[in-house]
Amino acid sequence: MATVRFLGVGEPKPKRVIKLPSWLPAYLQALPLTLILGGFLLLPILMISVVSFWDYDFAQMYPDFVTFNYTETLGSWVTWKTYLNTLKFAFIVWAITLFIGFWVAYFLAFHIRTSSMQMVLFLVCTVPFLTSNIIRMISWIPVLGRNGLINNTLVGAGIIPQPIEWLLYSDFAVVLAMVHLYTLFMVTPIFNTMMRIDKSLMEAARDAGASGWQTLTNVIIPLAKPGMAIGTIFVVTLVMADFSTVQVMSGGQSASVALMMKNQMSLLQYPAAAANAVVLLIIVLMMVAAILRVVDIRKEL
Amino acid sequence: MNSETRSREFYVLAIFFALFVLFLYGPLSAILILSFQGPNGGLTFPLNGVSVHWFINLFQTQAVGDFGGSFRRSLMLGLMVMVVTVVVSLLAGLAFRRKFAGATALFYLSVASLVVPSIVISLGIGVLFQQIGLQPAWYSSGFGAHLTWTLPFGVLIMFAIFNRFSPAYEEAARDLGATPWQTFAHVVLPIIAPSLIGVGLFGFTLSYDEFARTLMTAGTYNTLPLEIYGMTTNVTTPVLYALGTVTTVFSFLVIAGTLGLIVGMSRRRNQG
Repeated sequence: MATVRFLGVGEPKPKRVIKLPSWLPAYLQALPLTLILGGFLLLPILMISVVSFWDYDFAQMYPDFVTFNYTETLGSWVTWKTYLNTLKFAFIVWAITLFIGFWVAYFLAFHIRTSSMQMVLFLVCTVPFLTSNIIRMISWIPVLGRNGLINNTLVGAGIIPQPIEWLLYSDFAVVLAMVHLYTLFMVTPIFNTMMRIDKSLMEAARDAGASGWQTLTNVIIPLAKPGMAIGTIFVVTLVMADFSTVQVMSGGQSASVALMMKNQMSLLQYPAAAANAVVLLIIVLMMVAAILRVVDIRKEL
Repeated sequence: MNSETRSREFYVLAIFFALFVLFLYGPLSAILILSFQGPNGGLTFPLNGVSVHWFINLFQTQAVGDFGGSFRRSLMLGLMVMVVTVVVSLLAGLAFRRKFAGATALFYLSVASLVVPSIVISLGIGVLFQQIGLQPAWYSSGFGAHLTWTLPFGVLIMFAIFNRFSPAYEEAARDLGATPWQTFAHVVLPIIAPSLIGVGLFGFTLSYDEFARTLMTAGTYNTLPLEIYGMTTNVTTPVLYALGTVTTVFSFLVIAGTLGLIVGMSRRRNQG
């Protein structure tokens, strides 16, 4: 960087002889990130993979090389059911957030004309996502509960004879809360890609005689695909890792892989939890890798 | 644009959007209202009188575990995470503008940090600290755990900003005889300052609300989200809602303050 010389300026002054090689700054700038991610991401994951082969009893773990942490967890019917249940949540929440996220982003990107109004409405969507997840989760309890807002209104209006029981502490409540918590992660990337679609493409489609629907399916959706893919990565990984929503909103009646891990951790069965962590990690990374085949993130930023 | 077909689609989508906003804010306003529940009121509607009983209750230490202490810890941790996130993301963003060996690997490591399940990181750091004989604490292991969540956001945002950053400004500064440091301090930094504030806001709020990663890494003293999470299972009075209202109002103030700062800065620049 500092090698540019100016006409008439002459030789650089002697006090600046300590010159860094030009390749060095990039490494120095990348160093803090590398150290932090190395120490708090790579090393812990490595540690988990090692510990997943250790032996343990009720009090502590013993360095060893045993595979029963894996065989026990993968050989159990309960584990498979839990994994399937988690995948089921991931799929349902993904489908709903994709639908909502697409239309919200579409509305913001193509129907709001001034960019200041776009920003304001986008912020309206964003603000709740910057507040506490747990608070937003428990805020559903007075709405959905047996004596909650919805049941009281429906019973009061005489539409139903008695409160609906499955509104809260059910799979329905889990999915609803997850959609509530995670939709923005779908809206933002789709909105971002849609904002970069050249409006003249849509005019061209219309001039060429395409109906609104044809423009949507042949122009907008293909061009918004990268945003949908990035949103999908967010939502799927968040749901796969979720334990608190499942625990609070299902009232302990449903299970997820992360919740199973958390229970093992509270029983100090770290090697068993570690084995589950490794399996979960592999599944999540495989899903992300599959999505990344569709989209190059570096190009979309 | 064909205004006739546009208007029908517009109204359908406008209603959809309004419902979405109602969906986002409705439940939040429910606990806001219920936190003013009368002293004999319960966890659900109807309101049994209006009072600030539960807010007073909140600040009496015996009602909730350790609200004041956990709030202070979360605030402190959030500020620490914010500063480190801004500085480290900025440096990494600058690094990614040039070519260096391992750039792609580092980029994908950041993405991985985003997609690795938070409970896996929590468990990993917890076990790691245990094995090397360190006591986990919110300011060491918890701090690192939060950074694995905030840094990827910061790095991706910086990456996006520098992708759109025209090198012409720096070339102009250099042509005028500015040193690299002057170019950075007087040209690059003021242009990206609003985005850096945005990264800071992200860093703070993500950390302030994070709890899956804190679960195994907080050590002896709880952060506020952990405290609230514990309360969801054993507190059955509206004091829980009062706490929710207080923390949400605090988050809103932080967000509003930051946005005001960003708007003020860009307005001053447009005038200048």
